[in-house]
Amino acid sequence: MSDAKDFAFTLTGLRIPYFPGCTLKTTAQNFESSAVAAARALGIELVELPRWNCCGTVFSLAADDLIHHVASIRNLIRVQEMNRQGLVDGENRMVTLCSMCYNTMKRANLRVRQNAEDIKKINDLMYREEDYQGNVRVIHFLELLREIGMGKVKRAVKKDLAGLKVAPYYGCMILRPKEASIDDPEAPTVLGEVLRALGTDVVVTPYNKVCCGSYQTVHDKDAVAGLAYDILGHARKSGAEAIATTCPLCAFNLDNRQKEVAEKHPDFEHMPVFYITQLMALAFGVDQGVLRFDQNYVDPVPLLKKHSLLDK
Amino acid sequence: MKIGVYVCHCGGNISEVVNIKEVMAFAEKQGDVVMVKDHAHVCSDVGRNMVIEDIKVQGLDKVVVAACSPQFHGKTFMATVDKAGLNPYVMEMANIREQCSWPHYSLPEMATQKAKDIIHMAIAKVRLDEPLARKTSPIGKRVLVVGAGIAGIQAALDLGDAEFKVYLVEKEASIGGKMVKLARTFPTEDCAACILSPKMADVPANSNIELMTNAEIEEVKGYLGNYDITVLKRPRYVDIDKCTACNDCTDVCPVVVPNEHDEGLTSRKAIYIANPIAVPHAYILDDKSCLGLFPLACTKCFDACEPGAINYDEKPQRLHFTVDTIIVATGYDIFDAREKKVYNFGPAENIITALDMERMIVHEAEGSPIRDIGKRIAFIQCVGSRDEQAGNEYCSRICCMYATKLSQLMKRADPKRDVYVFYTDLRAYGKGFEEYYKRAANTGVKFVRGRVAELFEDPVTKKVLLKAEDTLSRQIIESEFDLVVLSVGMQPGEGTKKIADQLHLIKSPGGFLQEAHPKFRPVDTLTDGVFICGCAQGPKDIPDTVAQASAAAARAIRLMNKGEYEVDPITAIVDEDLCCGCGTCVSVCPYDAIKTEMRADKRVAKVNEILCQGCGSCSAACPSGASQQHWFRTHQLRAMITAALGQEES
Repeated sequence: MSDAKDFAFTLTGLRIPYFPGCTLKTTAQNFESSAVAAARALGIELVELPRWNCCGTVFSLAADDLIHHVASIRNLIRVQEMNRQGLVDGENRMVTLCSMCYNTMKRANLRVRQNAEDIKKINDLMYREEDYQGNVRVIHFLELLREIGMGKVKRAVKKDLAGLKVAPYYGCMILRPKEASIDDPEAPTVLGEVLRALGTDVVVTPYNKVCCGSYQTVHDKDAVAGLAYDILGHARKSGAEAIATTCPLCAFNLDNRQKEVAEKHPDFEHMPVFYITQLMALAFGVDQGVLRFDQNYVDPVPLLKKHSLLDK
Repeated sequence: MKIGVYVCHCGGNISEVVNIKEVMAFAEKQGDVVMVKDHAHVCSDVGRNMVIEDIKVQGLDKVVVAACSPQFHGKTFMATVDKAGLNPYVMEMANIREQCSWPHYSLPEMATQKAKDIIHMAIAKVRLDEPLARKTSPIGKRVLVVGAGIAGIQAALDLGDAEFKVYLVEKEASIGGKMVKLARTFPTEDCAACILSPKMADVPANSNIELMTNAEIEEVKGYLGNYDITVLKRPRYVDIDKCTACNDCTDVCPVVVPNEHDEGLTSRKAIYIANPIAVPHAYILDDKSCLGLFPLACTKCFDACEPGAINYDEKPQRLHFTVDTIIVATGYDIFDAREKKVYNFGPAENIITALDMERMIVHEAEGSPIRDIGKRIAFIQCVGSRDEQAGNEYCSRICCMYATKLSQLMKRADPKRDVYVFYTDLRAYGKGFEEYYKRAANTGVKFVRGRVAELFEDPVTKKVLLKAEDTLSRQIIESEFDLVVLSVGMQPGEGTKKIADQLHLIKSPGGFLQEAHPKFRPVDTLTDGVFICGCAQGPKDIPDTVAQASAAAARAIRLMNKGEYEVDPITAIVDEDLCCGCGTCVSVCPYDAIKTEMRADKRVAKVNEILCQGCGSCSAACPSGASQQHWFRTHQLRAMITAALGQEES
């Protein structure tokens, strides 16, 4: 995102503050590079927050937890500044790609907005920053897509992904709790809508919101591998060839843990796990350099070649 | 003026919190009070006789009873002073129980102070109370019963047998309601159709009952003793009297649609009979699915009908009649399991509702199974009940027992079946229910305490993977089933919502109709002459429904049998000199009791004292103070407020 001036002329619409978070700068660079390019094809410029910091990582549920929300709120102050400086198109919104960042900041924001006293305490603590006014909205990239309309997504498709059978996988961070949900928490459809607009065959399975194992992946690989086996196996049985998601932790648990799954289950057939934005970039016909499949554990290239979806 | 004040201990309910002696000493100091007494139970025979004696001997002309809510014993003490020769409306109740000792049990000193204030207010008001004359109004013996499920049928039969004229209105083509769909009834396992069909047959046989099927209440006007009813009778296109139920029309009908009687599991034709024991036992042409009616393009059924019962030109009819009382028995709908998305009902072919299961068991018992039930079956309890996410906090009361019933019927039909019931709490509360549950467990049905988290359909085998926690053994259960049955709860039916609006009935938090008092007036409503029974009032099983239906009939008979009834004199009155005829009161009146009419030189509001329920809405809304309410006039209320503020009336 350092080359912001290079694509200024391609803008047709929205400049929106964008929070990347740590993972998108390290192990999920493929998510960021594909999302920025796909958004650009839709006329959306994701303008990275200057001087952003950690999102807070996990929404705190402790009783005396205000200090845990300081990091989230500091990022929202950046959004206020960007709006005031005219770097973005008003509306006081901030978009995230990572589901975990979305959830943490959305809930921290909801929490402090309910209590003027909380905002005051946080502002007093960060006395060198300008005051957070409490009116930034945190949204997820998928909400932005829904807002511009799936029709527009469909019109941006240069090469549709017909024949590719993809199962959407939501995880929990964009669905729960209810007040932070971007969709019906029990029967979400938004990923399916995007995939359908891209021309894929959408495979809906009830396992699309079953827990991926989350941070258990650090100390209990087997438990996570067990869950991945259920989720991927069910998708395979339902006819899917690949998974699409928006959460880097889900992606890691479903993708990288296939190593452990294969060790436990010799009959297991590997399945590529995409970020939805990789499939968007592919369908929008942008330079395939942004796909960065080198960061996917299970190589999606053979599958895409089978469907003649790659340039070379 | 001689006022007597009686302070009740309510067997400790009041006296354990409120200092009775202090309160009595306070009351004695009030002007016009000549006598203050206390008693453990003023409402008892001894207590009431004490009041009567004092009125007669001491010549009391006003009485204050400091006890419970007037909702509870107001009528009791009105009758008491009446018996002693005083007008019932010169007695006031000071509610120092519900509004004092019960809520403030932890603060006895403040409660005592509050009790004094409440009594102070009652004394201030009773000074200004004037005798009110009770009027009587004639009443006939005609009843409208809305809904002809088992509740409506029972109420109609009781009334008809007692020589009351009954108009029984049912929106479906046949009477019988939901019960007609059931396989067996718990806990006796009677065949539902076998015990219901004689009752259904009794309806047309009873000369006092006028049955209207395929009909709905369109409008209700009027009041107790004079309800004007308009019923919209939809066309059946088949003459009930000519139809011989020979089935010739159905045989030739080319249209096939899902059969509601089997919850859509089987199909029917566009011309059909509602169910095998339908009353009236005649066919009906479903004009929504018939291909040839508008415009007339197919006459196959007409051509086939030998008695000439089919009439394509039948039009909707509006029927008008007058009744004295109304019984609402509009029943329930089952919870729409699609709303509970985690259970995947709808798309998954092996996830069904319990009502589907009832129909499947009926067909299996008849030797023509609809589908294979399988070997491993799970019941999931509390689907749409006790579930705030689904918006229903209440328990539906019947699901534990019908699951107990269905599970053991299935197990007995094929002992090789593995049948599980996943429950939240197993509520076997009724007569014979606990024994029935034990019998099911002994039959080999496995009861697991734990709410099911999720259901997954296997995309290939279509079997259902169930995940739950056994909360007794703390085990996570993951198991595959051939069939999963959702024990769906009850919710208020569309008809219940509609009739509640038409009759201005109050609804309980769950949306069912609210009774006048949960214990002592369980089938009355706050609208005089309107009674409720069955599942319209709340979820209940068949025995409770039938008991309530008979109760509603008895309450209606009690009101009508005398030929006249007493009208409560607490109604609105209009000071015509002050009234400017603006009509504000007309628009706020929930009972349509006020009209404006021309009087001499100007328009004024006129209150119908029979319709008026004394709610006070008009008095509050009147901009000129012309609308007042008997017994709650402005000067009386002002005196109470002054007393509450600790001042004496100036």
